[in-house]
Amino acid sequence: MADEITLEVVRYRPELRIEPVVQSYQVPLREHWAILDGLTYIKDHLDGTLSFRWSCRMGICGSCGMTVNGDPQLTCATFLTDYAPGPVRVEPLRNFPVIRDLVVDIGDFMDKLPTVKPWVIRDVDSPVEEGEYLQTPEELDEYKQFSMCINCMLCYSACPVYALEPHFLGPAAIALAQRYNLDSRDEGASEREDILSSPEGIWACTFVGECSAACPKDVDPAAAIQRYKLTAATQAIKNFLLPRGAR
Amino acid sequence: MSLYHRPIPLFWWLERRSYLVFVLRELSSVFVAWFVVYLLLLINAVSGGSAEYERFLDRSGQWWLVTINVIALVFVLLHAVTWFGLAPKAIVVRLRGRRVPPPLIAAAHYAAWLVLSAVIAWVILR
Repeated sequence: MADEITLEVVRYRPELRIEPVVQSYQVPLREHWAILDGLTYIKDHLDGTLSFRWSCRMGICGSCGMTVNGDPQLTCATFLTDYAPGPVRVEPLRNFPVIRDLVVDIGDFMDKLPTVKPWVIRDVDSPVEEGEYLQTPEELDEYKQFSMCINCMLCYSACPVYALEPHFLGPAAIALAQRYNLDSRDEGASEREDILSSPEGIWACTFVGECSAACPKDVDPAAAIQRYKLTAATQAIKNFLLPRGAR
Repeated sequence: MSLYHRPIPLFWWLERRSYLVFVLRELSSVFVAWFVVYLLLLINAVSGGSAEYERFLDRSGQWWLVTINVIALVFVLLHAVTWFGLAPKAIVVRLRGRRVPPPLIAAAHYAAWLVLSAVIAWVILR
Protein backbone atom coordinates (compact mmCIF):
# COMPACT_ATOMS: atom_id res chain seq x y z
CA MET A 1 0.00 0.00 0.00
CA ALA A 2 1.32 3.46 -0.88
CA ASP A 3 2.26 5.78 1.96
CA GLU A 4 0.26 8.72 0.71
CA ILE A 5 -2.89 9.56 -1.17
CA THR A 6 -3.90 12.74 -2.99
CA LEU A 7 -6.93 14.66 -1.81
CA GLU A 8 -8.27 17.02 -4.47
CA VAL A 9 -10.22 19.51 -2.43
CA VAL A 10 -12.61 21.90 -4.12
CA ARG A 11 -12.05 25.22 -2.42
CA TYR A 12 -14.15 28.35 -2.54
CA ARG A 13 -12.74 31.53 -1.09
CA PRO A 14 -14.93 34.41 -2.19
CA GLU A 15 -12.34 37.02 -1.24
CA LEU A 16 -9.88 35.47 -3.74
CA ARG A 17 -12.01 34.12 -6.59
CA ILE A 18 -15.68 34.14 -7.49
CA GLU A 19 -15.54 30.45 -8.49
CA PRO A 20 -14.22 27.37 -6.66
CA VAL A 21 -10.81 25.95 -7.57
CA VAL A 22 -9.30 22.51 -7.00
CA GLN A 23 -6.32 22.28 -4.66
CA SER A 24 -4.39 19.03 -4.25
CA TYR A 25 -2.83 17.83 -1.01
CA GLN A 26 -0.79 14.73 -0.21
CA VAL A 27 -1.95 13.12 3.01
CA PRO A 28 -0.78 9.93 4.75
CA LEU A 29 -2.70 6.83 3.67
CA ARG A 30 -3.38 5.02 6.93
CA GLU A 31 -5.62 2.02 7.35
CA HIS A 32 -8.01 3.53 9.86
CA TRP A 33 -8.09 7.05 8.50
CA ALA A 34 -11.35 8.42 7.18
CA ILE A 35 -11.58 11.25 4.62
CA LEU A 36 -12.21 13.54 7.60
CA ASP A 37 -8.88 12.51 9.13
CA GLY A 38 -7.20 13.46 5.86
CA LEU A 39 -8.88 16.87 5.92
CA THR A 40 -7.91 17.37 9.57
CA TYR A 41 -4.31 16.48 8.64
CA ILE A 42 -4.39 19.17 5.93
CA LYS A 43 -5.81 21.69 8.40
CA ASP A 44 -3.24 20.86 11.12
CA HIS A 45 -0.10 20.34 9.02
CA LEU A 46 -0.43 21.62 5.46
CA ASP A 47 -2.91 24.46 5.12
CA GLY A 48 -4.68 26.05 8.07
CA THR A 49 -6.96 28.09 5.80
CA LEU A 50 -9.04 25.06 4.75
CA SER A 51 -12.60 25.25 6.12
CA PHE A 52 -14.88 22.29 6.78
CA ARG A 53 -17.45 21.22 9.37
CA TRP A 54 -17.12 18.30 11.72
CA SER A 55 -17.94 17.42 15.29
CA CYS A 56 -18.41 13.88 16.61
CA ARG A 57 -16.27 11.85 14.13
CA MET A 58 -18.54 8.83 14.67
CA GLY A 59 -21.53 9.22 12.34
CA ILE A 60 -23.87 10.74 14.91
CA CYS A 61 -23.76 14.52 14.55
CA GLY A 62 -24.29 14.71 10.78
CA SER A 63 -21.92 17.67 10.37
CA CYS A 64 -19.26 16.30 8.03
CA GLY A 65 -21.33 15.49 4.94
CA MET A 66 -19.44 16.21 1.71
CA THR A 67 -19.30 15.00 -1.86
CA VAL A 68 -16.58 12.36 -2.21
CA ASN A 69 -15.76 11.31 -5.77
CA GLY A 70 -19.23 12.48 -6.78
CA ASP A 71 -21.18 10.72 -4.02
CA PRO A 72 -22.68 12.34 -0.92
CA GLN A 73 -20.91 10.81 2.09
CA LEU A 74 -20.28 11.33 5.78
CA THR A 75 -16.52 11.92 5.60
CA CYS A 76 -16.01 10.46 9.08
CA ALA A 77 -17.46 7.14 7.88
CA THR A 78 -15.71 7.00 4.49
CA PHE A 79 -12.23 5.54 4.53
CA LEU A 80 -9.23 6.67 2.51
CA THR A 81 -8.15 3.09 1.80
CA ASP A 82 -11.42 2.47 -0.07
CA TYR A 83 -10.29 5.09 -2.59
CA ALA A 84 -6.64 3.99 -2.88
CA PRO A 85 -4.56 4.68 -4.89
CA GLY A 86 -6.58 7.87 -5.37
CA PRO A 87 -6.83 10.71 -6.08
CA VAL A 88 -9.96 11.45 -4.05
CA ARG A 89 -12.07 14.46 -5.04
CA VAL A 90 -13.67 16.16 -2.02
CA GLU A 91 -16.34 18.75 -2.78
CA PRO A 92 -18.99 20.50 -0.72
CA LEU A 93 -22.44 18.89 -0.56
CA ARG A 94 -24.36 19.53 -3.77
CA ASN A 95 -27.64 21.41 -3.97
CA PHE A 96 -26.66 23.84 -1.21
CA PRO A 97 -25.04 27.27 -1.55
CA VAL A 98 -21.36 27.16 -0.56
CA ILE A 99 -20.24 29.56 2.15
CA ARG A 100 -16.56 28.68 2.05
CA ASP A 101 -14.50 25.68 0.90
CA LEU A 102 -16.46 22.62 2.10
CA VAL A 103 -18.93 24.52 4.29
CA VAL A 104 -22.46 24.81 2.91
CA ASP A 105 -25.43 26.90 3.97
CA ILE A 106 -28.25 24.60 5.19
CA GLY A 107 -30.48 27.50 6.23
CA ASP A 108 -33.12 26.41 3.72
CA PHE A 109 -33.55 23.07 5.51
CA MET A 110 -33.53 24.74 8.93
CA ASP A 111 -36.37 26.99 7.76
CA LYS A 112 -38.38 24.08 6.35
CA LEU A 113 -37.93 21.62 9.22
CA PRO A 114 -40.15 23.37 11.82
CA THR A 115 -42.97 23.71 9.27
CA VAL A 116 -43.63 19.94 9.55
CA LYS A 117 -43.79 20.23 13.37
CA PRO A 118 -41.31 17.45 14.17
CA TRP A 119 -42.29 16.94 17.77
CA VAL A 120 -44.96 15.00 19.69
CA ILE A 121 -48.23 16.92 19.53
CA ARG A 122 -51.02 16.06 21.98
CA ASP A 123 -54.60 17.28 21.93
CA VAL A 124 -54.37 17.64 25.70
CA ASP A 125 -51.03 17.29 27.48
CA SER A 126 -51.18 14.97 30.50
CA PRO A 127 -49.73 16.34 33.74
CA VAL A 128 -46.17 15.14 34.49
CA GLU A 129 -47.44 13.42 37.66
CA GLU A 130 -49.39 10.95 35.50
CA GLY A 131 -46.10 9.60 34.17
CA GLU A 132 -44.83 8.79 30.69
CA TYR A 133 -46.88 8.19 27.59
CA LEU A 134 -46.46 4.43 27.35
CA GLN A 135 -45.64 2.60 24.16
CA THR A 136 -45.23 -1.05 23.20
CA PRO A 137 -42.12 -2.33 21.34
CA GLU A 138 -44.34 -2.88 18.28
CA GLU A 139 -45.48 0.74 18.38
CA LEU A 140 -41.86 1.84 18.66
CA ASP A 141 -40.94 -0.25 15.61
CA GLU A 142 -43.51 1.67 13.55
CA TYR A 143 -41.44 4.86 13.51
CA LYS A 144 -38.02 3.93 14.91
CA GLN A 145 -36.35 3.72 11.51
CA PHE A 146 -37.35 7.31 10.70
CA SER A 147 -36.14 8.56 14.09
CA MET A 148 -32.56 7.63 13.15
CA CYS A 149 -32.22 10.71 10.91
CA ILE A 150 -29.23 12.87 11.90
CA ASN A 151 -30.02 15.82 9.60
CA CYS A 152 -26.78 15.30 7.68
CA MET A 153 -28.31 16.55 4.42
CA LEU A 154 -26.88 13.76 2.29
CA CYS A 155 -30.41 13.00 1.07
CA TYR A 156 -30.94 16.59 -0.10
CA SER A 157 -27.58 16.50 -1.82
CA ALA A 158 -28.54 13.29 -3.68
CA CYS A 159 -32.04 14.46 -4.66
CA PRO A 160 -32.34 15.84 -8.22
CA VAL A 161 -35.87 17.09 -7.46
CA TYR A 162 -34.49 19.34 -4.71
CA ALA A 163 -31.79 20.53 -7.13
CA LEU A 164 -34.38 21.48 -9.73
CA GLU A 165 -37.13 22.66 -7.37
CA PRO A 166 -35.61 24.29 -4.29
CA HIS A 167 -39.09 24.83 -2.83
CA PHE A 168 -39.41 21.04 -2.35
CA LEU A 169 -39.73 20.26 1.34
CA GLY A 170 -37.20 17.48 0.86
CA PRO A 171 -36.57 13.90 2.02
CA ALA A 172 -35.39 14.41 5.63
CA ALA A 173 -38.12 16.89 6.59
CA ILE A 174 -40.83 14.55 5.27
CA ALA A 175 -39.23 11.48 6.88
CA LEU A 176 -39.12 13.35 10.20
CA ALA A 177 -42.77 14.35 9.83
CA GLN A 178 -43.59 10.68 9.30
CA ARG A 179 -41.48 9.79 12.33
CA TYR A 180 -44.05 11.68 14.44
CA ASN A 181 -47.12 10.77 12.36
CA LEU A 182 -46.39 7.09 12.98
CA ASP A 183 -45.66 7.58 16.69
CA SER A 184 -48.53 6.18 18.79
CA ARG A 185 -48.08 9.03 21.32
CA ASP A 186 -48.60 11.70 18.69
CA GLU A 187 -51.95 13.26 17.80
CA GLY A 188 -50.72 15.93 15.40
CA ALA A 189 -50.99 14.20 12.00
CA SER A 190 -53.79 16.55 10.90
CA GLU A 191 -51.61 19.58 11.70
CA ARG A 192 -48.90 18.25 9.37
CA GLU A 193 -51.33 17.31 6.61
CA ASP A 194 -51.51 20.66 4.78
CA ILE A 195 -47.76 21.17 4.44
CA LEU A 196 -47.02 17.53 3.59
CA SER A 197 -49.81 17.32 1.01
CA SER A 198 -48.92 20.63 -0.64
CA PRO A 199 -47.30 20.70 -4.12
CA GLU A 200 -43.96 21.44 -2.38
CA GLY A 201 -44.46 18.41 -0.13
CA ILE A 202 -44.80 14.75 -1.03
CA TRP A 203 -46.24 15.36 -4.50
CA ALA A 204 -43.03 17.01 -5.71
CA CYS A 205 -41.20 13.72 -5.12
CA THR A 206 -40.94 11.53 -8.21
CA PHE A 207 -39.34 8.56 -6.44
CA VAL A 208 -35.82 8.73 -7.73
CA GLY A 209 -34.79 6.82 -4.61
CA GLU A 210 -31.31 8.32 -4.30
CA CYS A 211 -32.18 9.84 -0.90
CA SER A 212 -32.51 6.36 0.57
CA ALA A 213 -29.39 5.13 -1.22
CA ALA A 214 -27.39 8.06 0.21
CA CYS A 215 -28.69 7.85 3.78
CA PRO A 216 -25.92 6.73 6.15
CA LYS A 217 -28.47 5.69 8.82
CA ASP A 218 -30.75 3.54 6.61
CA VAL A 219 -33.71 5.83 7.22
CA ASP A 220 -35.30 5.28 3.77
CA PRO A 221 -36.91 8.71 3.27
CA ALA A 222 -38.19 7.58 -0.13
CA ALA A 223 -40.37 4.98 1.61
CA ALA A 224 -41.63 7.60 4.09
CA ILE A 225 -42.69 9.85 1.21
CA GLN A 226 -44.36 7.11 -0.85
CA ARG A 227 -46.17 5.85 2.23
CA TYR A 228 -47.50 9.31 3.02
CA LYS A 229 -48.64 9.71 -0.59
CA LEU A 230 -50.97 6.76 -0.02
CA THR A 231 -52.10 8.21 3.33
CA ALA A 232 -52.76 11.64 1.77
CA ALA A 233 -54.62 10.17 -1.20
CA THR A 234 -56.78 8.02 1.09
CA GLN A 235 -57.47 11.02 3.32
CA ALA A 236 -58.43 13.18 0.32
CA ILE A 237 -60.95 10.55 -0.81
CA LYS A 238 -62.35 10.29 2.73
CA ASN A 239 -62.66 14.09 2.93
CA PHE A 240 -64.59 14.06 -0.33
CA LEU A 241 -66.89 11.15 0.38
CA LEU A 242 -67.50 11.04 4.12
CA PRO A 243 -69.33 13.48 6.40
CA ARG A 244 -67.00 15.44 8.69
CA GLY A 245 -67.58 13.29 11.79
CA ALA A 246 -66.71 9.98 10.11
CA ARG A 247 -63.30 10.95 8.59
CA MET B 1 -21.75 37.11 2.41
CA SER B 2 -21.29 35.95 -1.18
CA LEU B 3 -22.41 32.37 -1.60
CA TYR B 4 -21.45 30.11 -4.48
CA HIS B 5 -24.32 28.35 -6.25
CA ARG B 6 -23.11 25.41 -8.28
CA PRO B 7 -24.82 25.48 -11.68
CA ILE B 8 -26.73 22.31 -12.58
CA PRO B 9 -25.00 20.66 -15.56
CA LEU B 10 -27.18 20.24 -18.66
CA PHE B 11 -26.58 16.49 -18.63
CA TRP B 12 -26.98 15.99 -14.87
CA TRP B 13 -29.40 13.16 -15.61
CA LEU B 14 -26.58 11.10 -17.13
CA GLU B 15 -24.51 11.26 -13.94
CA ARG B 16 -26.24 8.30 -12.31
CA ARG B 17 -28.27 5.36 -13.55
CA SER B 18 -31.07 6.21 -11.10
CA TYR B 19 -31.25 9.78 -12.48
CA LEU B 20 -31.51 8.41 -16.03
CA VAL B 21 -34.25 5.96 -15.03
CA PHE B 22 -36.07 8.81 -13.29
CA VAL B 23 -35.98 11.00 -16.42
CA LEU B 24 -37.04 8.10 -18.66
CA ARG B 25 -39.91 7.31 -16.27
CA GLU B 26 -41.05 10.94 -16.40
CA LEU B 27 -40.86 10.74 -20.20
CA SER B 28 -42.89 7.51 -20.16
CA SER B 29 -45.97 9.56 -19.18
CA VAL B 30 -46.03 10.93 -22.74
CA PHE B 31 -46.26 7.39 -24.11
CA VAL B 32 -48.94 6.42 -21.59
CA ALA B 33 -50.92 9.42 -22.87
CA TRP B 34 -50.26 8.30 -26.46
CA PHE B 35 -51.75 4.86 -25.73
CA VAL B 36 -54.84 6.54 -24.27
CA VAL B 37 -55.21 8.58 -27.48
CA TYR B 38 -54.59 5.46 -29.60
CA LEU B 39 -57.25 3.54 -27.66
CA LEU B 40 -59.74 6.39 -28.16
CA LEU B 41 -58.97 6.37 -31.90
CA LEU B 42 -59.58 2.61 -31.93
CA ILE B 43 -62.92 2.98 -30.15
CA ASN B 44 -63.87 5.75 -32.57
CA ALA B 45 -62.97 3.50 -35.51
CA VAL B 46 -64.97 0.58 -34.11
CA SER B 47 -68.01 2.80 -33.56
CA GLY B 48 -67.71 4.08 -37.16
CA GLY B 49 -68.42 0.67 -38.71
CA SER B 50 -66.37 -2.07 -40.33
CA ALA B 51 -64.99 0.07 -43.20
CA GLU B 52 -63.56 2.63 -40.81
CA TYR B 53 -62.22 -0.14 -38.56
CA GLU B 54 -60.44 -1.70 -41.56
CA ARG B 55 -58.91 1.70 -42.42
CA PHE B 56 -57.72 2.02 -38.80
CA LEU B 57 -56.12 -1.43 -39.00
CA ASP B 58 -54.39 -0.55 -42.29
CA ARG B 59 -53.02 2.66 -40.79
CA SER B 60 -51.88 0.79 -37.68
CA GLY B 61 -49.90 -1.63 -39.83
CA GLN B 62 -47.70 1.11 -41.31
CA TRP B 63 -44.08 0.79 -40.29
CA TRP B 64 -43.83 4.18 -38.58
CA LEU B 65 -46.91 3.61 -36.45
CA VAL B 66 -45.69 0.13 -35.49
CA THR B 67 -42.32 1.68 -34.53
CA ILE B 68 -44.01 4.33 -32.37
CA ASN B 69 -46.16 1.68 -30.68
CA VAL B 70 -43.20 -0.61 -29.98
CA ILE B 71 -41.28 2.30 -28.40
CA ALA B 72 -44.43 3.29 -26.48
CA LEU B 73 -44.81 -0.29 -25.23
CA VAL B 74 -41.23 -0.31 -23.90
CA PHE B 75 -41.86 2.96 -22.04
CA VAL B 76 -45.22 1.79 -20.68
CA LEU B 77 -43.54 -1.38 -19.40
CA LEU B 78 -40.87 0.79 -17.71
CA HIS B 79 -43.70 2.87 -16.21
CA ALA B 80 -45.47 -0.22 -14.88
CA VAL B 81 -42.37 -1.95 -13.53
CA THR B 82 -41.13 1.15 -11.71
CA TRP B 83 -44.63 1.74 -10.35
CA PHE B 84 -44.69 -1.79 -9.00
CA GLY B 85 -41.27 -1.12 -7.48
CA LEU B 86 -42.78 1.83 -5.61
CA ALA B 87 -45.84 -0.04 -4.35
CA PRO B 88 -44.12 -2.01 -1.55
CA LYS B 89 -42.69 1.26 -0.22
CA ALA B 90 -46.09 2.93 -0.10
CA ILE B 91 -48.26 0.03 1.04
CA VAL B 92 -47.69 -1.23 4.56
CA VAL B 93 -50.07 -4.08 5.34
CA ARG B 94 -50.28 -5.85 8.68
CA LEU B 95 -51.66 -9.35 9.04
CA ARG B 96 -52.05 -10.74 12.57
CA GLY B 97 -49.81 -7.97 13.89
CA ARG B 98 -46.93 -8.69 11.51
CA ARG B 99 -45.95 -6.66 8.50
CA VAL B 100 -46.45 -8.38 5.17
CA PRO B 101 -42.96 -8.56 3.57
CA PRO B 102 -42.50 -5.89 0.85
CA PRO B 103 -41.53 -8.46 -1.86
CA LEU B 104 -44.92 -10.12 -1.32
CA ILE B 105 -46.69 -6.79 -2.02
CA ALA B 106 -44.73 -6.46 -5.27
CA ALA B 107 -45.48 -10.09 -6.16
CA ALA B 108 -49.21 -9.46 -5.62
CA HIS B 109 -49.05 -6.58 -8.10
CA TYR B 110 -47.31 -8.72 -10.72
CA ALA B 111 -49.85 -11.50 -10.12
CA ALA B 112 -52.74 -9.03 -10.60
CA TRP B 113 -51.06 -7.80 -13.80
CA LEU B 114 -50.77 -11.36 -15.08
CA VAL B 115 -54.40 -12.21 -14.27
CA LEU B 116 -55.74 -9.02 -15.90
CA SER B 117 -53.58 -9.59 -18.98
CA ALA B 118 -54.86 -13.18 -19.22
CA VAL B 119 -58.48 -12.00 -18.94
CA ILE B 120 -57.97 -9.36 -21.66
CA ALA B 121 -56.15 -11.89 -23.88
CA TRP B 122 -59.06 -14.32 -23.40
CA VAL B 123 -61.62 -11.64 -24.34
CA ILE B 124 -59.68 -10.67 -27.48
CA LEU B 125 -58.56 -14.09 -28.68
CA ARG B 126 -61.46 -16.36 -27.84
